Amino acid sequence: MIRLESVSKVYPDGTAAVKDLSLEIGQGEFCIFLGPSGCGKTTSLKMINRLIPLSGGKILIDGVDTMQQNPNELRRGIGYAIQGIGLFPHLTVAENIATVPKLKGWSKAKQHSVAQELLDLVGLEPDTFIDRYPCELSGGQQQRVGVARCLGGDPPILLMDEPFGAIDPITRNRLQDEFLKIQDQLKKTIVFVTHDLNEAIKMGDKIALMRNGELMQYADPSTLLNAPKDQFVRDFIGADRVLKGLRLLRARDVMQDPPVTMRDDDDAATVRDELDRAGMQWAMVTNAQGRFLGWITADELEPGKTVGEVLIPPDVTAMPGTPLNEALSMMFNSAIGTLAVVDGKHQMIGVLSFDILRDVLGQQAADSQMAAKSDADGGVA
Amino acid sequence: MWKDVGNFMVAHGDKIVAWTLQHLYIVLVANAAAMVLGVLIGIYISGKGRERIAETVIYLASIMMTVPSLALYGILMGILHALLLPSIGFLPVVIALTLYGLLPIIRNTHTAIREVDPAMVEAARGMGLSRKQILLKVELPLAVPVIMAGLRQAIVMNIGIAAIGSYIGAGGLGQPIFRGIANYRQDLIMIGALCVSGLAIVMDGVMGGVERLLTPKGIRMRRRQ
Repeated sequence: MIRLESVSKVYPDGTAAVKDLSLEIGQGEFCIFLGPSGCGKTTSLKMINRLIPLSGGKILIDGVDTMQQNPNELRRGIGYAIQGIGLFPHLTVAENIATVPKLKGWSKAKQHSVAQELLDLVGLEPDTFIDRYPCELSGGQQQRVGVARCLGGDPPILLMDEPFGAIDPITRNRLQDEFLKIQDQLKKTIVFVTHDLNEAIKMGDKIALMRNGELMQYADPSTLLNAPKDQFVRDFIGADRVLKGLRLLRARDVMQDPPVTMRDDDDAATVRDELDRAGMQWAMVTNAQGRFLGWITADELEPGKTVGEVLIPPDVTAMPGTPLNEALSMMFNSAIGTLAVVDGKHQMIGVLSFDILRDVLGQQAADSQMAAKSDADGGVA
Repeated sequence: MWKDVGNFMVAHGDKIVAWTLQHLYIVLVANAAAMVLGVLIGIYISGKGRERIAETVIYLASIMMTVPSLALYGILMGILHALLLPSIGFLPVVIALTLYGLLPIIRNTHTAIREVDPAMVEAARGMGLSRKQILLKVELPLAVPVIMAGLRQAIVMNIGIAAIGSYIGAGGLGQPIFRGIANYRQDLIMIGALCVSGLAIVMDGVMGGVERLLTPKGIRMRRRQ
């Protein structure tokens, strides 16, 4: 657990980079320092491992004041990754990853096995990459090695300063997804600096939004989006905050059972009866094994033909893990504005519609405002 | 005249070899000293907050280069004499060459260390490397190619300057040149000049090889790209 108590940073020229910052980051929590450039987020991060000395206040890690520890010892216990990656070009991938293990005096064999495990973890084939030099890697691969290196000494805490900032959007997205999976496994306490709201919402358990060295709001992403504390937070998040909130939820969280499901070998009359009974315009079609095949509406039905012969095949389908912002975008592409959710074997497991999304968002906004209000009433800062 | 040169080479090959080796010995001793001193000074002036010192040191070393070698030998003779040390021959010449060799080495060490990517140094600091470990494990390995290029430059330059050392009795390839001037022997002058240039070319090649050999593999590969 990391606790910042009234931390401040004033530079010799009088600039106050961080003012009276107090917050607590729980064990295993993914905390984002978010804000526009110059807001003090990177300074705050670097004060945690004492790369920048504090001007006031104190920082406690598991109850111990960081000022009472040797700075180098302190840093060896905290993983550190930066935007520039900073891989050592004269050392191999293995030697880069083993930087902290070597400082800690681990055996050569253990250094090697750590490098292998971590390469595997970050999705790089160990046999291929372990003896390469940084100049032989692509930007994305270097970033992966950077992440592996910050995990090298198996630190309980990771400090990451825009680690995915300098790479193309597609690779960044993939690295974010992979890093979330790694975090699910490792449960590190992470402090992560970014100026990208979407990245913050996607990655963080908690977001500390800063401006001019001050903490503006410290809350989970959903609360930040749905109950912004003041005008600055509202502006920073943007007018599309409700849409941004969609990425916090996944298809599996909100999907519903399909109202009417037909089989591909049903005939027109059966379908018409079923639709009339349910008062629906459309039905979903599966085969006997439950595999999703497409949609049928009353207009397509032709006497004498089975559903399978006239159905509308789906343009797109969602997976249970698809974030709702992506699902919404798919819906606009889908012929009937409704989206089937299928699992990895293409079995139909649910359905998403505009109505469902609207209800969910309305509920989410109400909950967060309620929570924010009760927080305020309870006098909790 | 070329016939005389050929005849002398056949008749006195052993002398030419002896002069060349003596010459090389003087240059190598001086540059070994310049290397050690230059790198230490270079590291010192690259430290945080020593920008002014760095400027001054490099300026002084540049001034040193403008002092004519003959004058520098003379000055050193005076100083060494006052200190009751041998004031002619090997010692003053080695000291002078050391001083001349300092500039390229100090300057290259300083530049190389200052140009190490700050992000890399910060990453190293953030992972808990001490100041000394950063210098020894990150900055110096990365600076080696540039430092070696400075040494190479110093050696080639000093091979030329060392020839004048014969004037104050240090021996080496200046001997045939000065003798040739005194006795009006074009062949001797030519032999001295050829050997000095040849030695410089050979040492330049050798040092180029050493430079490549000492460049960390990862850096060598990066350069090829």
